[in-house]
Amino acid sequence: MTMDMPMPELLSVRNLGVEFHATGSAMPAVKGATFDIAKGETLALVGESGSGKSVTALSILQLLPYPMARHPSGSILFQGTELMGADERTLRDVRGNRIAMIFQEPMTSLNPLHTIEQQVNETLFLHKGLDRAAARKRTLELLRLVGIPTPEKRLGAYPHELSGGQRQRVMIAMALANEPDLLIADEPTTALDVTIQAQILELLKDLQQRFGMALLLITHDLGVVRKMADRVCVMNKGEIVEQATVADLFVRPRHPYTQKLLAAEPKGNPLNPPPDARAVMTASDIKVHFPIKKGLLRRTVDYVRAVDGVSVDVREGHTVGVVGESGSGKTTLGLALLRLHASQGAIRFDGKDIQGWPASQVRPLRREMQVVFQDPYGSLSPRLSVGQIVGEGLKIHNMGSGRERDAMVAKALEEVGLDPESRHRYPHEFSGGQRQRIAIARALVLKPKFVVLDEPTSALDMSVQAQIVDLLRDLQARHNLAYLFISHDLRVVRALSSHVIVMKDGKVVEQGSTRQIFETPREEYTRALLAAAFNLEAVKTETVRT
Amino acid sequence: MATPYQPRFLGIPVTPLTRRRLHNFRANRRGFWSFWIFLALFVASLFAEFIANDRPLLIKYQDQFYAPVFRDYPETTFGGEFETNTDYRDPYVQQLIEEKGWILWAPIRYSYRTINYNLPVPAPAPPSTENWLGTDDQGRDVVARLIYGFRISVLFGLALTLFSSVIGIVAGAVQGYFGGLTDLLFQRFIEIWQGLPTLFLLIILSSVVTPNFWWLLGLLLLFSWTSLVHVVRAEFLRARNFDYVRAARALGATDGTIMYRHVLPNAMVATLTFLPFILNGSITTLTALDFLGFGLPPGSPSLGELLAQGKANLQAPWLGLTAFFVLAIMLSLLIFIGEAVRDAFDPRKTISQLATGPAEAPAAAKAERKAAE
Repeated sequence: MTMDMPMPELLSVRNLGVEFHATGSAMPAVKGATFDIAKGETLALVGESGSGKSVTALSILQLLPYPMARHPSGSILFQGTELMGADERTLRDVRGNRIAMIFQEPMTSLNPLHTIEQQVNETLFLHKGLDRAAARKRTLELLRLVGIPTPEKRLGAYPHELSGGQRQRVMIAMALANEPDLLIADEPTTALDVTIQAQILELLKDLQQRFGMALLLITHDLGVVRKMADRVCVMNKGEIVEQATVADLFVRPRHPYTQKLLAAEPKGNPLNPPPDARAVMTASDIKVHFPIKKGLLRRTVDYVRAVDGVSVDVREGHTVGVVGESGSGKTTLGLALLRLHASQGAIRFDGKDIQGWPASQVRPLRREMQVVFQDPYGSLSPRLSVGQIVGEGLKIHNMGSGRERDAMVAKALEEVGLDPESRHRYPHEFSGGQRQRIAIARALVLKPKFVVLDEPTSALDMSVQAQIVDLLRDLQARHNLAYLFISHDLRVVRALSSHVIVMKDGKVVEQGSTRQIFETPREEYTRALLAAAFNLEAVKTETVRT
Repeated sequence: MATPYQPRFLGIPVTPLTRRRLHNFRANRRGFWSFWIFLALFVASLFAEFIANDRPLLIKYQDQFYAPVFRDYPETTFGGEFETNTDYRDPYVQQLIEEKGWILWAPIRYSYRTINYNLPVPAPAPPSTENWLGTDDQGRDVVARLIYGFRISVLFGLALTLFSSVIGIVAGAVQGYFGGLTDLLFQRFIEIWQGLPTLFLLIILSSVVTPNFWWLLGLLLLFSWTSLVHVVRAEFLRARNFDYVRAARALGATDGTIMYRHVLPNAMVATLTFLPFILNGSITTLTALDFLGFGLPPGSPSLGELLAQGKANLQAPWLGLTAFFVLAIMLSLLIFIGEAVRDAFDPRKTISQLATGPAEAPAAAKAERKAAE
């Protein structure tokens, strides 16, 4: 490529602007975005939530909710055709045909009432005008291509009969049906487990090479970018702040925001508490079984073993990390330890055997064992002010007078890094990270001894994750807290835990000190998990499902 | 403690969410005006005794003031001959008083049970300057009966709605929150209960006891409390697995606290949306019973009874037409209010009011009105 003969661009976006109108005011979502994608190239659009990356992608296909959304400026040129403001016919011809798109959530982007065959066939009927038999043949081909095992048997399956990874493969098959020139992938692996994420990324890369497609990859995960992309656009608050090749960006980030983003990975090491600290929570052989009932008399034929004989020992000032993929029973274990879920097995909290105690007897102990949930949007009651939310526990346990309680709430908010004045505001006025701080304050204001942290960082942006991890570690050091840290994110677990339990299908696969698990894993499953999480490599092994 | 930026509505602190809802309610102009018109009519009818009464509001007699609206005075007070209650409509008494003072009358000189004996034609008499909407077949003024009938209808509707909502919410909350066997048994019970032929039971029961306002309220309550159960139950079933409910349980909150503080506010949205329609239904039920003659005791002012009279006296169309228009306007106003309330609580509309507005509303209102009648 020489300077006077520029490479033919497949897509060129110039000075794209997007605004959303709501009750008289216009909110800019994207400001002056300019980028090109060449044939066969992978461009990654990276940014945190709200940075405008998805909106940019949607405006390429003009899929935004017009007329609520508006483009004050810009042009989108695809193979010489202007898409901005193009008529419906031109757009229909491009959508799903020459530009295809896959979305984040494979469960909601497939129609639950249609079989796999019907869904894939639809785009073939629309754009290729194939008849039933030909479409069926092509569908089979496509399903084989995306690695669905025994596609003949899967044609009649409904989306709920497939696993998350398989659903995403079907989505990719649909996108590939018409051999598009450009594939837009909007966070294609965010909703998937790490081992499956690695498989899907591998598939995308393989297909891209085979068809010579260009790929516009939208993601918040720099690991994915490093593995997949040729070039990167970093977006922040609706603007592209830096554009560079992947090699350049990771070595020499120029813009301060990029530098901040690269530095945002959860870092630091777990605290080093004395190994013989007092045990706060000791549980042995915990079992949570759900009966499967069948037949006319609803007889119990079998059990779903959500948690099957797990023993945990959490000491003062220590963090035990529980790692596993979705469905491995880690959250159920956490709830069972807190007596929020019925279980079998011995639970000793603070020297008291609390298994089997009636709810009224456990209630006073709730002060000392607390929980922080994954979703900071769902875990705060939307109709209570922050002060009421944080102060609720104090009220329940009759701690202090009204004035004292208010002071305690203010202090707890200060401790998690929020303005104490924010106690008069409502949860919806806060960002995800701030909400999670509120949830942590709600747990901490009671001065607990044991806290279950159920994926407290996984719904948050990378830079916020790092802050929350730092905050949790800091609080642990200050109050000598015992944590049970549940996560699927091995990086966060490594930064916080002194001891790790790897769970799969309700059973413990492996456990040991963090160093031992991460440096010399004994089990094959642990190794596959680590490879997928840190190198995004799909390991071919029986222990990992597809 | 100072909460400087707390928005207020009528001096009551409200959450930003509530404020947005009030804004949405106001944005539905038809519903908003219906609300004020209905409120004005209802408040006015609460003071029916001052608008339509056969006793004067105030009398000045021999430099002394008398308020016959509130107290009974024997005729001898005004120099009459009998020890009995004064009949102020008697021209002789009026003359006695006006000789030594004056009389302040209500705008309509008839109460709901006042019979006009001076009709120029046999009852029912057509509209005239004396009886603006004519009289019914017993010579009672229709306007006066309407005002009192409107009041009793709305009060009855409000009371029935209030009580059946309270019972319905409690029952639905218990079923949804605890689920399992409680829910199963309760649901089957409600299904059987709803299967009972309500109208026949009401007819039978009202022939056993002499129905008055409270008896009727109780009888109708027996069957109307189930209407909200399903909505509230569904909300509680949904909300009991939310993280913030779990968080409250982890804090040690009792079931009652969780239900009241955390789940109920969410269920209230669905409930409030239904309330105007339930109110409509309650009013219609009372009217229907009155129309059939199983409602309020004879002589009570009631819209249903007026309708029945209209049906019996087709030669006097002012009876049927009046009752019809009053009912239709009242129910329509309530439906419009209900629509505005529904809009106000619609989460999709809290984002922005799109330019087109509620296009499906008139059709829906018609359908709902049909369903209510």
